[in-house]
Amino acid sequence: MTTVQERPTGEVGAARKRKEDARLITGRTMWTENVMLPGMLHLAILRSPMAHARITRVDTSAALREPGVVTAFSGRDVAETQGSLPCAWPVTEDMVHPDHPPLAVDEVRHAGEAVAVVVARDRASAVDALATIEVDYEPLPVVLDMEEALAEDARLVHADKGTNKAYTWIFDSGEAGTGHGVDAAFAGAEVVIKRRYIQQRLIPAFMEPRSVVVDPTGDQHTIWSATQIPHILRVMVALVTGTPEHKVRVVAPDVGGGFGGKLQVTAEELIAFMAAQRVGKPVKYTESRSDSLLSAHHGRDQIQDLELAARRDGTVLGLRVNLLANMGAYLGIVTPGVPLLGAFMYNAIYKFPAYRFVCTGVYTNTTTTDAYRGAGRPEATYAIERLMDELAVELDMDPVEVRRRNWIRHDEFPFDTVAGLTYDSGNYEAATDKALELFGYEALRAEQASRRESGDPVQLGIGVSTYTEMCGLAPSRVLGALRYAAGGWETASIRVLPTGKVEVVTGTSPHGQGHETAWSQIVADRLGVPFEDVEVLHGDTRTSHKGLDTYGSRSLAVGGIALVNACTKVVDKAKPVAAHLLECDVSDLEFADGAFRVRGAPSDAAGKTIADCAFAVFAAHDMPEGVEPTIDADATYDPGNFSFPHGTHLCATEVDTETGRVTIRSYVAVDDVGRVINPLIVEGQVHGGVAQGIAQALFEEAVYDSEGNLLTGTFIDYTPPSAADLPDIVSDRTETPAPDHPLGAKGVGEAGTIASTPAVINAIVDALRPYGVSDIRMPATPERVWQALRGGARS
Amino acid sequence: MIPAAFEYTKPSTVDEAVQALADGGEDAKVLAGGQSLIPMLRLRLAAPTLLVDLGGLGELRGVRDDGDALVIGAMTRYADLLRDPLVRDHAPLLAQATATVADRQVRHLGTIGGSLAEADPAGDLPSVAVALDVSFEVVGPDGWRTISAADFFVDFLTTALGDGEMLAALRVPKQDGWGTHYEKFNRVAQAWSIVGVAVAVRRENGTIAEARVGLTNMGNRPVRARAVEEALTGAPATVDAVSSAAARAAEGADPPADVWASAEYRSHLATVLTRRAVVAAGGIHAS
Ligand SMILES: Cc1cc2nc3c(=O)[nH]c(=O)nc-3n(C[C@H](O)[C@H](O)[C@H](O)COP(=O)(O)OP(=O)(O)OC[C@H]3O[C@@H](n4cnc5c(N)ncnc54)[C@H](O)[C@@H]3O)c2cc1C
Repeated sequence: MTTVQERPTGEVGAARKRKEDARLITGRTMWTENVMLPGMLHLAILRSPMAHARITRVDTSAALREPGVVTAFSGRDVAETQGSLPCAWPVTEDMVHPDHPPLAVDEVRHAGEAVAVVVARDRASAVDALATIEVDYEPLPVVLDMEEALAEDARLVHADKGTNKAYTWIFDSGEAGTGHGVDAAFAGAEVVIKRRYIQQRLIPAFMEPRSVVVDPTGDQHTIWSATQIPHILRVMVALVTGTPEHKVRVVAPDVGGGFGGKLQVTAEELIAFMAAQRVGKPVKYTESRSDSLLSAHHGRDQIQDLELAARRDGTVLGLRVNLLANMGAYLGIVTPGVPLLGAFMYNAIYKFPAYRFVCTGVYTNTTTTDAYRGAGRPEATYAIERLMDELAVELDMDPVEVRRRNWIRHDEFPFDTVAGLTYDSGNYEAATDKALELFGYEALRAEQASRRESGDPVQLGIGVSTYTEMCGLAPSRVLGALRYAAGGWETASIRVLPTGKVEVVTGTSPHGQGHETAWSQIVADRLGVPFEDVEVLHGDTRTSHKGLDTYGSRSLAVGGIALVNACTKVVDKAKPVAAHLLECDVSDLEFADGAFRVRGAPSDAAGKTIADCAFAVFAAHDMPEGVEPTIDADATYDPGNFSFPHGTHLCATEVDTETGRVTIRSYVAVDDVGRVINPLIVEGQVHGGVAQGIAQALFEEAVYDSEGNLLTGTFIDYTPPSAADLPDIVSDRTETPAPDHPLGAKGVGEAGTIASTPAVINAIVDALRPYGVSDIRMPATPERVWQALRGGARS
Repeated sequence: MIPAAFEYTKPSTVDEAVQALADGGEDAKVLAGGQSLIPMLRLRLAAPTLLVDLGGLGELRGVRDDGDALVIGAMTRYADLLRDPLVRDHAPLLAQATATVADRQVRHLGTIGGSLAEADPAGDLPSVAVALDVSFEVVGPDGWRTISAADFFVDFLTTALGDGEMLAALRVPKQDGWGTHYEKFNRVAQAWSIVGVAVAVRRENGTIAEARVGLTNMGNRPVRARAVEEALTGAPATVDAVSSAAARAAEGADPPADVWASAEYRSHLATVLTRRAVVAAGGIHAS
């Protein structure tokens, strides 16, 4: 094998400004909404105003008489052919899995469900004509609350299923052989902390609304979609519609954010596909913000019943988790699996020996839930980090000290956890020490004491959150064991053009993450070509035929290795070409600083670059015997393990006890994401992630009224914070390389979101302890804080 | 979403605008900065058949000194108010409240006339208008008339403007010698008030000689907190006196309840924020 430098110096590690930003920030690029095709028509969707009703009549005939209208149809018109939206993760053998028609046929089960469509020559005509469609709804009883849904005589979301329970999934460390049974742990406990936490429902609220264009006119049906998963979408469209896969092309052009919200095969995509086939012309649908908030999948929405067993010296002995997870009315692509991603994270960075996790998925008359940044892991981290604080209070111990007594020490890695994973590496001591120092922990504690002493109406609270998470979804064998329908590998292809410029084709599908920049940095170092000479292509199944797309902090942790492996293959293939050109033996050559030279030769000695080799194989006039005239290479990589970034986040909040207003005074994030390819991108991911985690703690909640209408259906009521609502974030790092990754990188896409929510809530509760407050429901709105202070609504 | 179809006209004089409104009848609507109206159209919560855009009426934009009052054209934008030296010197409460409205983009389009004609009790300027007894100069098919702030706001999103009438200008009494403060409490920066309090006080020696207090989002209209004003008048300029006066802030108010705050909490906030606003306006220090 050729030696490729272990840690190239140069591009990797440099704070390169992102090459994709100019077009993304100005918006001067190809979003799906910008796709214009000859003869293109526009689609509008009529959505159910009711959360649960029988559809007794739909009449679209008046719409057909409206100006500009080409066709109109309802679920009844396509009932036999429309198929069912896919769920790729049947988590148990006996999971209750209802049909999920793109267009409702006889019954609607959540407000916003698609009922009928109009296709017209322009968007305004299509929207206008919706008003002429007549639908008779016969209201059915609505079930919204998960515990009510599980009661004996509950009203049913899917009457034919006879139950609102989707599944119950259990992990027990005693049975799995990864630890002891929990019952013994609790029997031997000196302290038991028992709590119920609510993970409120959130809305991903990506910036670019979902948009899809389907062109049925070529030899292939082409689908442009604002999606995170063009490759998965292609397979699923083929399977659901019966269109041969090679006749489907999917393009995800530039996509304006997703946060998991575009990790979906949507009703809108399939409806547009049906409509385009019906009219034989390209059809476009772009949702409004209100439609997006109402009908694109939501996230979180869990009830967590938790019990922690410990000794009085602070040693945690075991944890019981009993989870109710709201599926919404139907199953999306990975809906049932989202809470299970958390199942492996409740033990967090700690080494307690006994753990039992029971999760029940529940149907309600609400919008389907699915992946949202962190997907299961923020919920798990929140639960354990809140419990660790409660334990500290119970034992009158510093919250950092309780964690220290239980966490895995840096010399104990690799560490087999009670949840059955093997943590690759980490140094929780180093990250925590650094965070405490940057934060000024002792000084803030002193200030807190003096404010308590003086009865200051503005109290100070300090919140600690230590976390780890699993990145790099996922080893295919693990996914198989969890009954997920696909694998977790990733691909990369490198094409070296005759002039030495490089095209990289990746199977990941960036939608704001900066892959074009990071991938270019990696390739520049590995092949010794300038950063500017690398073009990264993605998101079109015609150029990138194979891939598993972008979610779960997987792109660099998995796709990055495929890329490195492809680079290594290119160098390997170029080597005999270079040897031939240099008239030396292959075994005498080494590749360094971008050129092949005879081993031991000075670095300024004449050598042959990758570009030289590329031109040589392009001309192919004089190839060595038996060598194929190409140095292009592909690689597919299936990870052997997840990677486990970690970190310590500290938050100081000021709580105005008169109004209940919480202000974040300082926030320190020390993250260990392994080796860093581009520190600017890492910092951006941490900032954005922390902002989203703070949003869950303080600002965001999807709220339904008792009839199942979404009350937070616009940005007036669903309130993501802006920069003005967020603190300065001090972001720093420790660097413990990922041992299983040639780049040493671990993944950073979700870390901030996972860590920050419990840091903020712990800080608020810490501020209010002297007032007898031990919990606060999220989001901790001023009113909730005020009520808690009055000893009122504690739930 | 996309608004329902409508006709559009942009008159260049007030007379033309009045004529256009008369011709358009019941379903004609005035378009000012569009920061409330356009979202309503897009959500199809409003579907006028004619929009009369006042953006061409230069005569309705700007601030003029008129002795003991400022006269402010209805089409004066928030951003204009914030830049205007007359407003800064003679109507500081208006400037303070305006600075809290929404974000820069909205403030460069939204107008004082639109904000008051919208009569949203959660809007920040209506409570200032009632606190300062602003007069509303209105023109319509029957000519000009003046409406007092107390009479202008009739109900939730409803004003005393008659058919075909439009707001032309505001007469804002100068507050020379008064201390003022607008205290806004919102759920995220750049959002409407959960509760807001507009205060102007005039001190004489150690006492509060006069006080004006308006409340935002404490009822279906902007509220004048008369009980607080009475309690403050003649009271010593101390935190204690202010606190006991402010405790009466929610008297007679009928605050709404929504996703973000109960009526009970709003009433509580009104008392805390009123105390803070009066203390700030009066430059009162804890002794
Ligand atoms: C994101 C966002 C945040 C906001 N936050 C706040 C906030 O924090 N505080 C706040 O107070 N407001 C807020 N607003 C509302 C904003 O202040 C509006 O601009 C204002 O309420 C309306 O002024 P306009 O000139 O845009 O009027 P338009 O939207 O054009 O009109 C509003 C209404 O008044 C009528 N109208 C307008 N001018 C006249 C006139 N001269 N005569 C008769 N009728 C007239 C119109 O017909 C319409 O019914 C926000 C708006 C947005 C979009």
